[in-house]
Amino acid sequence: MMSKSKPDDRLIKLSLLMVALTAITVLAVITIFIFEQGLPIMLKYGLKNFLFGQDWYPSEKSFGLLPMIVGSLLVTLGALLIGVPLGLASAIFLTEFSSRRLSRFLKPVIELLAGIPSVVYGFLGLMFLVPFIRENLGGPGLSVLAASIILGIMILPTIISISIDSIRAVPDSYREGSIALGATKWQTVRMVVLPAARSGLVAGIILGMGRAIGETMAVIMVAGNAADLPASWLAPVRTLTSNIALEMAYASGEHRQALFATGVVLFVIIMILNFLANLAARKQSGR
Amino acid sequence: MKDIAIQVINFSHFYGQQPSLKNLNLDIYRKEILGIIGPARSGKSTFLTCLNRLNDLVPGSRVSGKILVDGLDIYQPEVEVAALRRRLGMVFATPVPLPMSIYDNIAFGPRLQGQTDRQELDHLVEDCLEKAGLWAEVKDRLKTSALKLSGGQQQRLCLARVLALKPEYILLDEPTSGLDPISTMKIEDTLLLLKKDYTIVLVTNNTKQAARVADRTAFFLMGELVEVNETDIIFTRPSDKRTENYIEGKFG
Repeated sequence: MMSKSKPDDRLIKLSLLMVALTAITVLAVITIFIFEQGLPIMLKYGLKNFLFGQDWYPSEKSFGLLPMIVGSLLVTLGALLIGVPLGLASAIFLTEFSSRRLSRFLKPVIELLAGIPSVVYGFLGLMFLVPFIRENLGGPGLSVLAASIILGIMILPTIISISIDSIRAVPDSYREGSIALGATKWQTVRMVVLPAARSGLVAGIILGMGRAIGETMAVIMVAGNAADLPASWLAPVRTLTSNIALEMAYASGEHRQALFATGVVLFVIIMILNFLANLAARKQSGR
Repeated sequence: MKDIAIQVINFSHFYGQQPSLKNLNLDIYRKEILGIIGPARSGKSTFLTCLNRLNDLVPGSRVSGKILVDGLDIYQPEVEVAALRRRLGMVFATPVPLPMSIYDNIAFGPRLQGQTDRQELDHLVEDCLEKAGLWAEVKDRLKTSALKLSGGQQQRLCLARVLALKPEYILLDEPTSGLDPISTMKIEDTLLLLKKDYTIVLVTNNTKQAARVADRTAFFLMGELVEVNETDIIFTRPSDKRTENYIEGKFG
């Protein structure tokens, strides 16, 4: 009996390994492909011109990505400024302050937000948010602000559900201990529960950030897409992802390669942000 | 006459419809150690959480009757619960240091009350660790995580943390149930020292522990107080047959 189960395990281990390798292989192939297509043109026209050039005129061989880099970073920052406080506050309310029945009802509803296609978010933004900004705050309405708000809402379900899970994972004995020491509920949340849940909270924010920087369709619809450095929160903006999606259909030759170069920049930015956020999470929870 | 610190009058406690404490009447004297013994599920831990209203946290928890702490009826709505819990500090069965440094664990309570003076805090931390018999072992690593201490050290840290609240009462819920004999002995020695300044209620699974440290001992069974008396009387000539059976280990 014993000897029979051994080769079975080995077989399962082997097939699981192959499945795992498939995912990694796909990642490797994508990475190699993007770099192989995008890197040569970056080197040809100079890395500096790509990263810091302010003019994007593909027909005149001018491939400055700075407006798009700034655009992506701005709308992501804006989305986090809106999504993180709202998301954390909701998660804290649903785990620590609401009745269990309410949170059992609300959590799936919030997660439903994640299932709405991004084009629908973009459409709603275009119909309601953009005119609202144009009429009340000025500018064309299609703006950094509009994109930030839409993205801020889109990352809520990610941030909320991961935060809820990590706050629930904090042992009740910590809460009890803190309350027995004369802390109020809010003091307990602030001084004990949130610090204990910190690495999970940061992970949720990283995932939300990844979603915000990678989102394309909704952003194209509300951001205005002018390839210029935005002068204010109310100015239109183009992100790296929008740049690729908007021009891919008709680009050819070096223009097409420049769009792959845009992909390379996006790829590297996401890597750097992930790395920094992971570092922050590890440093803080390692104490 | 003994100075009565806590008076429990016709007190009952329920989880939902289920009574967990039935009509208790008990006085706790100032600066004594009251031991509470009884088998599992006899209500002794519940009784402890009723004294500092930690039972408020349990959904469906309900009480009737009165508990007077220094004459104050603690179940009156205007009672400030956080302040009450500082006066009746509690140590749990499983030592649960908060996930922060040794120093911060002890400074937690005082900081909640707005104490920020570094020197005062330093002084208090040393003083409380000293009283809990832990200072010598941790004085060189106050900034390291409290979670790295051994179980016995963690429990003494929890005791020190309670002392930092400057409580009048210390409630201990089977504080040595998970500890080795040497750590247990250290905690018991500490309790005997603390008795001159504090009123202590010690719930314990270990009847011998009650015999060693308690001035008086109460025997709980199925949510009822069977009897309470001087510890040597309880252990040598209890008035109730059930107490005798429990102490002799015939059930439990």
